[in-house]
Amino acid sequence: MELIVASTVGVLTAGGVYLLLRLRTFPVILGLALLSYAVNVFLFASGRLAIDQSPILAKYGEATYTDPLPQALVLTAIVISFGMTAVLVMIGLGAYLEAESDRVDIEPEMRDATDKGESA
Amino acid sequence: MSHEGTLLFLIAVLPFVGALLPGLMIRAGRTVCAVSTAVPTLLALIMLLVLAPAVLRGEVVQANIDWLPQLGLSASFFLDGLGLLFAAMILGVGLLITLYARFYLSGDDPMGQFYTYLLLFQGAMLGIVISDNILLLLIFWELTSLSSFLLIGYWKHLPEGRQGARMALAVTGSGGLAMIAGMLILGSVVGSYNLTDILQAGDAIRASEWYLPALILILLGAFTKSAQFPFHFWLPHAMAAPTPVSAYLHSATMVKAGVFLMARMWPALAGTDAWFYIVATTGLITMVIGALIALFKDDLKALLAFSTVSHLGLLTMLLGFGTEAAAVAAVFHIINHLTFKAALFMTAGIVDHETHTRDIKRLGGLRHLMPVTFLIGTVAALSMAGIPLFNGFLSKEMMLEEASHTDWFGSPYAVPILATIGALLSVAYSFRFVSHVFLGPKREDYPNAPHDPPFGMWAAPAILAFLVIVIGVAPFLAEGIVTAAANAITGADLHPHLKIWHGVTPALWMSIVAVLGGAVLLTLHRPLDRAWISAPRPEAKPMFDGLVAALVAASRWITDISHNGAISRYLAIFTITSVLLGFAAYSGSGLAMPTRGLLGVPPVIAVGWIMLIVATVSIVVMHHYRFRALTLLGIIGLSISAGFAYLSAPDLALTQISVETVTIMLLLLALHFLPKVTPKESAIGLRIRDGIIALAAGGGVGSLAYAFMMRDIETISDYHIDNSYEGGGGTNVVNVILVDFRGYDTYGEIIVLGIAGLVIYALMHALLDGPAAKRLKNTDYSQDRSRDRHPLMMVVVTRVLMPIALVVGLYIFLRGHNQPGGGFVAGLVVAIALLMQYMASGFAWTQERKKIEYHTMIGLGVLVAGLTGIGAWLLGQPFLTSAYTYVHLPPIEEFELATAMLFDLGVFLTVLGAVMLMLYSLSRIARFAGETVNVTPMDYDPGGYVTDEEAER
Repeated sequence: MELIVASTVGVLTAGGVYLLLRLRTFPVILGLALLSYAVNVFLFASGRLAIDQSPILAKYGEATYTDPLPQALVLTAIVISFGMTAVLVMIGLGAYLEAESDRVDIEPEMRDATDKGESA
Repeated sequence: MSHEGTLLFLIAVLPFVGALLPGLMIRAGRTVCAVSTAVPTLLALIMLLVLAPAVLRGEVVQANIDWLPQLGLSASFFLDGLGLLFAAMILGVGLLITLYARFYLSGDDPMGQFYTYLLLFQGAMLGIVISDNILLLLIFWELTSLSSFLLIGYWKHLPEGRQGARMALAVTGSGGLAMIAGMLILGSVVGSYNLTDILQAGDAIRASEWYLPALILILLGAFTKSAQFPFHFWLPHAMAAPTPVSAYLHSATMVKAGVFLMARMWPALAGTDAWFYIVATTGLITMVIGALIALFKDDLKALLAFSTVSHLGLLTMLLGFGTEAAAVAAVFHIINHLTFKAALFMTAGIVDHETHTRDIKRLGGLRHLMPVTFLIGTVAALSMAGIPLFNGFLSKEMMLEEASHTDWFGSPYAVPILATIGALLSVAYSFRFVSHVFLGPKREDYPNAPHDPPFGMWAAPAILAFLVIVIGVAPFLAEGIVTAAANAITGADLHPHLKIWHGVTPALWMSIVAVLGGAVLLTLHRPLDRAWISAPRPEAKPMFDGLVAALVAASRWITDISHNGAISRYLAIFTITSVLLGFAAYSGSGLAMPTRGLLGVPPVIAVGWIMLIVATVSIVVMHHYRFRALTLLGIIGLSISAGFAYLSAPDLALTQISVETVTIMLLLLALHFLPKVTPKESAIGLRIRDGIIALAAGGGVGSLAYAFMMRDIETISDYHIDNSYEGGGGTNVVNVILVDFRGYDTYGEIIVLGIAGLVIYALMHALLDGPAAKRLKNTDYSQDRSRDRHPLMMVVVTRVLMPIALVVGLYIFLRGHNQPGGGFVAGLVVAIALLMQYMASGFAWTQERKKIEYHTMIGLGVLVAGLTGIGAWLLGQPFLTSAYTYVHLPPIEEFELATAMLFDLGVFLTVLGAVMLMLYSLSRIARFAGETVNVTPMDYDPGGYVTDEEAER
């Protein structure tokens, strides 16, 4: 099971990083989404894996529980990363509608133009 | 704090508080504005005079407010003789300048701004001279650099003003940075940042191996501020400022700050060879060079600027001598220089104001036209020349006396001769000021017909000229303050006697040589001037400009290399660096043996894993087809939620699955406006490079995860599990952590989420106000659209689902404290229930039925959560301590009521509000893009259709 989780984290990270390095906004957002899956699973796994040991206290009898703290942290991380993805989507959308291009990099000729604009 | 301490504190604060006044009072007129500037200054001066008798008796007034004592930061002030002298000069001259500026500034100048800057500067200067904490002193020191920048560049329309201000800021500011380093060294050597402690630890400082670096760094600060050679060049360029500014900054305050600092640090730093040779030599060189240049300047203010440089050199040299008598001479000369130099600057300002020129070669013969100005100017200039019965004579004699018995590298003649030459040049330029401006024949070609200015304008210099004569004739009047200040500098108990006649001493002969030589030099001025102009000499401004240009070019070069606008490049660099750092950490110490075994893998999970891997690889391969990629993203998210559920994390599974749904909806909405296909434009090399980076990162993170999963760890989680029920009143530990143990974190997180929602809303509005709006309207999105936008099946199903979903949401919310669920999940579930209505029946239709604004909901949520936390205060508990009780309401089973649930309600409301606001914003754009608005739930009415058929029958 550990191998499965570790390989999942690895594959998601690799895919996320590759997409992050693309040149258009949409793949970058996809890459970021993949990367946040990877990070969330990574954080979750730092509490070590356990099966049938949910951190819900049993009323009767002794029981062992998995580490609840990483779960609490990851729970908020999932929600926050949604918020951040949403902001990025909006920024990407705005950039595309304003600039007629969804490239993430400033193209060389545009860069020169802005440089001239600044020094003038 | 004592009564005196409170007064001292008020003195420090008054100018800053007062700085708020002039900007407001200018609306009531220029005179009111000037008065409102004078009032805080006058109040501070009166308070200072109340404290003066005690200080003159040798007491030290202290005020102390601790701020961060662990870091040695405190707002502590003290007032001794030296501080009193400078504070009195700063406030007294400040008052005179306020009066003078009222008449000097024209109606076009923004006077409120001027007086505000002036008070800010005054406050900063005062702060320097009464700070007891060197860190505080450094802050005030930088504040003088900043506020003098504003003052020097006050005439923003003049390029010289702007450039001069920039140069002054660059030079004094960088010196200030050096001084910060020096002061920090001092502080760590002594172990305290209190000036009082540092001054008493002089021996330890001088014995320390850090003495020389600290000395040089601090002197850099002092020398740049006091315009010592080779940093003297900024001062003449700062003359582009209005004359009141020049008179204030360059006679009494700003440039004296460096001298003050050397005097202040005298007990800690002076008395070594290094001190003598660095400080005295610099002072001597500056004195002679400044005087020489001053003689050949035709601009009145430039002449005075270089004479100031020269006199500052004189003061620096005296302090550098390191003897007690020299310290007395320095203090006395500080007072005298202030009186005559401020008067001279104001005189120059009056001449400029009346004749519209400051060029000496175009002036002359003004004594008939401006007798009052002539009188004031002459008195001050003669004092500067060092003529008996004027105060400049007294301190110059003391200086020459000290110079006459100072050895320099074994030579007994070097210092006396150079000092005499300096004095001689000083006499020459002082005489030139009088004879070339006021004496000589009356001319016909003044740019403006001159006459004496109104009383208000000459009153201030007249007061100063009066002081020149009073001190010159009756020097014993200044004995009290000179003694107090000199004792504060040296730490000794001195009783100097200031008198006019010292007998026939070497100093007298040197003085006589200087006066006669100066007079002769002036008669030879014309041929000498021609020689000076034709001689090549280095100009500081082009050198400085060249240096600045080189620095700008260098930083632009660095910026262009590292910041070229390609995000993918930054990210690649960042990823590679992280991987390398991780590898370095790993190769440093290796790994311990695993302590855990592998868990088994049931076939269902294996299938899920294969799905996830295939989906991820497919996204990478076919991400160009964006819609397909989104679908694959959904598969990944669902697989992960299943994994969470299997691995004992039901809360995470619930959250992940609902977030997944919302994220996909959001991306779908956005994709509507974006291109549907990503062009294949990366070169193959680039793709291989990125692939290698990605594989390295994935491999690294994956092995790291595997490594730690195989090993046990000490955690703090047992505490949470043990106390969850007893302390937090819930059996779902994850939820209790969120709303109780780490409730503060959660509170911060819902605020972030709320902000994200509002940011998106704001971005949407900015977008719709910009050029994008036009493009949206002109783009044809009709091909994306289904012809039946609100299908019957969808509408019916969502309507039926709505109450069910709401009940599920409520259920998840209520059970959250004890079973998987809680505010986050419930908020998302309800959001999805509402979103379904938007999707089925369109934006406008649903919007009309909405009862509460989403902004309000976000605010309400944060407020409820916050108030719950504050409620704990009322019971004397820390923020967010939860309380709970069990209630039995028949016919329901016994259930629990906890304040944590109220907090969770806040979380619920914020999450719901934020998610809805985000999607609302995107749909707003859709409507702008020409999406039609429907008022009925469906595009056609199935009921109406039936009625028609019936009618046919």
